[in-house]
Amino acid sequence: MKHLLLCASALALSATMSEAKTFVYCSEASPEGFDPAPFTAGGTFDASAHPIYNRLTEFKKGTTEVEPGLATSWDVSEDGTEYTFHLREGVKWHSNEKFTPTRDFNADDVIFSYERQGSADHPWHQYIAGVTYEYYTSMAMPELIKSIEKIDDYTVKFTLNQPEAPFLANIAMPFASIVSKEYADALDAAGTKEDLNNLPIGTGPFKFVAYQKDAVIRYTKNADYWGEGAIIDDLVFAITPDAAVRLQKLKAGECHLMPYPAPADIETIKADPNLKLDEQAGLNVGYLAYNTTVAPFDNARVRKALNMAINKDAIVEAVFQGAAAPAKNPIPPTMWSYNESIVDDPYDPEASKKMLEEEGVTDLSMKIWAMPVQRPYMPNARRSAELMQEDLSKVGVKVEIVSYEWGEYLQKSMEAGRDGAVMLGWTGDNGDPDNFLSVLLSCDSAGEGGANRAFWCNEEFSKLLKDAKITADPAERTALYEQAQVIFKDQAPWFTIAHSTQYVPMSNKVSGFVMSPLGDFTFETVDIAE
Amino acid sequence: MIRFILSKLLYLIPTFIGITIIAFSFVRILPGDPVLLMAGERGVTPERHAELSAQLGYDQPIVFQYFDFLARLLQGDMGNSLVTKKPVLDEFLALFPATVELGLCAIIIATVIGVTVGVFAAIKRGSWFDQISMTLALVGFSMPIFWWGLLLIIFFSGILGWTPVSGRISLLYYFPNVTGFMLIDSLLSGQKGAFTSALSHLILPSLVLATIPLAVIARQTRSAMLEVMGEDYVRTARAKGMPQYRVIGIHALRNAMVPVVTTIGLQIGVLMAGAILTETIFSWPGIGKWMIDSISRRDYPVVQSGLLLIAALVMIVNLLVDLTYGLINPRIRVK
Amino acid sequence: MSDTSNLAAPVKLSNAAIRRRMLAEFWFYFSQNRGAVVGLVVFVLLVLTAVFASVLAPHDPTAQYREALLVPPVWAEGGNAQFLLGTDAVGRDMLSRLIFGAQYSLFIGIVVVSIALVGGIIIGLLAGFFGGWIDNVIMRMMDVILAFPSLLLALVLVAVLGPGLTNAMIAIAIVYQPHFARLTRAAVMSEMKREYVTAARVAGAGNLRLMFKTILPNCLGPLIVQATLSFSSAVLDSAALGFLGMGAQPPSPEWGTMLAEAREFILRAWWVVTFPGLAILISVLAINLMGDGLRDALDPKLKRS
Repeated sequence: MKHLLLCASALALSATMSEAKTFVYCSEASPEGFDPAPFTAGGTFDASAHPIYNRLTEFKKGTTEVEPGLATSWDVSEDGTEYTFHLREGVKWHSNEKFTPTRDFNADDVIFSYERQGSADHPWHQYIAGVTYEYYTSMAMPELIKSIEKIDDYTVKFTLNQPEAPFLANIAMPFASIVSKEYADALDAAGTKEDLNNLPIGTGPFKFVAYQKDAVIRYTKNADYWGEGAIIDDLVFAITPDAAVRLQKLKAGECHLMPYPAPADIETIKADPNLKLDEQAGLNVGYLAYNTTVAPFDNARVRKALNMAINKDAIVEAVFQGAAAPAKNPIPPTMWSYNESIVDDPYDPEASKKMLEEEGVTDLSMKIWAMPVQRPYMPNARRSAELMQEDLSKVGVKVEIVSYEWGEYLQKSMEAGRDGAVMLGWTGDNGDPDNFLSVLLSCDSAGEGGANRAFWCNEEFSKLLKDAKITADPAERTALYEQAQVIFKDQAPWFTIAHSTQYVPMSNKVSGFVMSPLGDFTFETVDIAE
Repeated sequence: MIRFILSKLLYLIPTFIGITIIAFSFVRILPGDPVLLMAGERGVTPERHAELSAQLGYDQPIVFQYFDFLARLLQGDMGNSLVTKKPVLDEFLALFPATVELGLCAIIIATVIGVTVGVFAAIKRGSWFDQISMTLALVGFSMPIFWWGLLLIIFFSGILGWTPVSGRISLLYYFPNVTGFMLIDSLLSGQKGAFTSALSHLILPSLVLATIPLAVIARQTRSAMLEVMGEDYVRTARAKGMPQYRVIGIHALRNAMVPVVTTIGLQIGVLMAGAILTETIFSWPGIGKWMIDSISRRDYPVVQSGLLLIAALVMIVNLLVDLTYGLINPRIRVK
Repeated sequence: MSDTSNLAAPVKLSNAAIRRRMLAEFWFYFSQNRGAVVGLVVFVLLVLTAVFASVLAPHDPTAQYREALLVPPVWAEGGNAQFLLGTDAVGRDMLSRLIFGAQYSLFIGIVVVSIALVGGIIIGLLAGFFGGWIDNVIMRMMDVILAFPSLLLALVLVAVLGPGLTNAMIAIAIVYQPHFARLTRAAVMSEMKREYVTAARVAGAGNLRLMFKTILPNCLGPLIVQATLSFSSAVLDSAALGFLGMGAQPPSPEWGTMLAEAREFILRAWWVVTFPGLAILISVLAINLMGDGLRDALDPKLKRS
């Protein structure tokens, strides 16, 4: 029966295929699943959260600003701990062969979507064995949210334990996607709970059609979408992990757009008359974190001297092949509150050598840790480390390059008393400066389980971050973060390497694609010329 | 015959237990912690780490974990992938047809061409055909197939533009997944051009995968034929004036097929190893690529159950080969 | 078998003379096979290349000429006489890297075969000589290893041990050794029944002496053939591991690793893809040609079939 239905819908699809506009995206990785809550990979969200679902708040296209999504407006209490969301009416859920919604989106769905992640005894908390809600946990939602109440069908009140300025941005993140409670109930009754992850039902601009593991995902336009809706009729993800193959498929017209081209191919793409290339500074930073608890790296002047010994531009050229902006601040220039006025330490081996001598540091030998994997913020850590090694040898510092298996690397680099400076980086989750500064540099994250790999704890800096977090006024927050960046530069816990540039090659026929600073790929605005 | 089969099966049990131990213990001593990999740059608090490890069962003593693994296995539960949270068996079954399709196609190409070339080379022993084909066979046998695949892509996809770069079928075609075999499903769908598209996607990968087995089969067929043709009954048949094609067809070929069938059966392991490389090069969504990805992602349950399934598969095919061999050649059974 | 009859002649010969005779006979069969001779010549050239790599190579294999990235070979348009076979993505001389790559391949072959051979022989001797439950346990263990596709098992082993050349070699050797163990065991079992073994035993030869001095030399033939085969497979498999990122790590000029690094340039710079693969193919082919010749010369059953 299922096959028959599928056949019928397939026939219907193929019958209309000639007139329908099909957009093919050569995606990089298979989605982990289609429920956005339990997963963490960007490629998963591009396939699930963005086309299929909506959130209470959304990021305005092409920015990190928050705009209304499934909530049309919200009121915040004086003390900043109560958020009352007014929900959008008339939002239709998708349907599939097994499920036809009988009601529109409402407050029950919101409460269901949050509570299944937040409360361990919720019947849907472990709907698949081994499921965990990493984003919900790591964004500190369990500690933050005190309660969620339904006021009426279209009003929901969130009560927080303390004021949290980035809250509205947090709930625009993929993990906070709203799923249908009615669908969940139907699945529960049918005993196929795992279909929440396999056959998703959402409110987003595209409806899920089918997924063939590691090969193809198909979507069709949601004609009943509450917003402007998609222009193309069918959306296809052709999963192509290899960058060279992706490019070849793009050239052959087998797909219209691809993510993550190999840096080496950028020139070829620019030269190809049938292709165009969008680019944007990425929301990321690559850095080298000294261990600020160990001598002589506990001395800010020593760290500064080392920073001055490394030729940053050479790394940008040789490792990023020019596809990056040298970094002077710990947050990228596309982020609000980026402090333009800060002047980077100059590349000056002579001055560096002198400074080291003044501090009584001679015959220094140190380790530099290079990650074993390629990351969006660092295409080749080993090569960067080799360049640093050579630069530092010119000021009399001997460098040994070390590396570990990736999981081990992440763990060992956070062990107290670590020997050496660690290369690592960060890609922003929600466009809020707090998501960089607090996570990577605050006193709170300098201990076990944190991500402050410089172990740098500066009371003044951390105080600024805390104040900013409970301040609602954006201008005030900006001033606080700008001040924090001044302290950072002065204390130099990191050698800031670069903010890598994102490139998106696409066919000339494609119009309307908007690059997301968060690195998302969304397609409701794209069109293809015939 | 039944006793023969039973004895063979009994023989497999200790091997299979050994396989479960290897699959389990290798995976358990893989360095790298899946919980840490899941957390990435963000890091994870020790409490959360312990909580997650407990949830995954990795905090139990290793022997306990092994027996737990065995017990679940007997119930048909191979665990869930850490990445997709889906049952490993489901994932395997979803990808398996792609690998089988590729492998079958390769083995058919290898057998048809290999046996034909081998027979002719044997008949025309010493001729230029024999020399060239056997030289080529040795080249094929020595081929680094990952490179060979790249060359074919450069030539047929890059320069000539005849074949698609990767995937199983053009994305224009969409039809339900009935058998999982793209060639059959495309025919069932009745969509014009779908079958041709599936075939054109299959041709390069299966050629690449067929290369080594083809060479082995050609060489084996040739030497088996030569051996048989030197035997008395063939000579007698010839002397009696039986036409050449009948001598070859009836006597020589049939007898020479016994070792050749074994050779073909033994190629299953070679095919699986080749599939890992071929699938990687052609982005073919099969179990070879799945295993590679899972190893690098430290997806413990997938690696251990995948190893187990593949080894079991190889064992079963080897058993079938043994049995066929026993059927063709009853003398074996007595031994 | 008229050629071998003189060996069995009842003339008393000194050991050295017998050895010389055997070698002469071996060479006779080996040289009958034209392919084998060609293979041998190529192999010797390969060895010489590896030994004199630092003399032959025009450049340092890891030196990066930043101003000469992806220069095509000298005969192609845009070629540069300084780099005969062109340069790779970071401006390293292809020819020099290929020359140094020969060291890696030969080294890998030798190490893998030595480990597998020694391990396999010991295990096989134990199993064949003692028989019984020892034999059973050992052989079931070998079955288990053989049930996994070799490359897959090697991959998992390398993942366990950590990617790198040494671990790749160990992994491949472990995967190969059951073949040697089986061969040795089979040979031992058939030799055990022979008279000379019984005679040696009666004469009071100890187990060890019996195993290594009496039986082993008599089953060397098939082992040598298998060793040659394994040598070429080792070169292939280590290249495959390198290609999958689990073998030798960049920037070492191992051919498979070079191919892996070159993959992204497949449509832009054919030479970075073509030459390393060709080098692998030629070396493996040469060794296999030699192997065929060896088999013809050493394995009387298959002789001139």
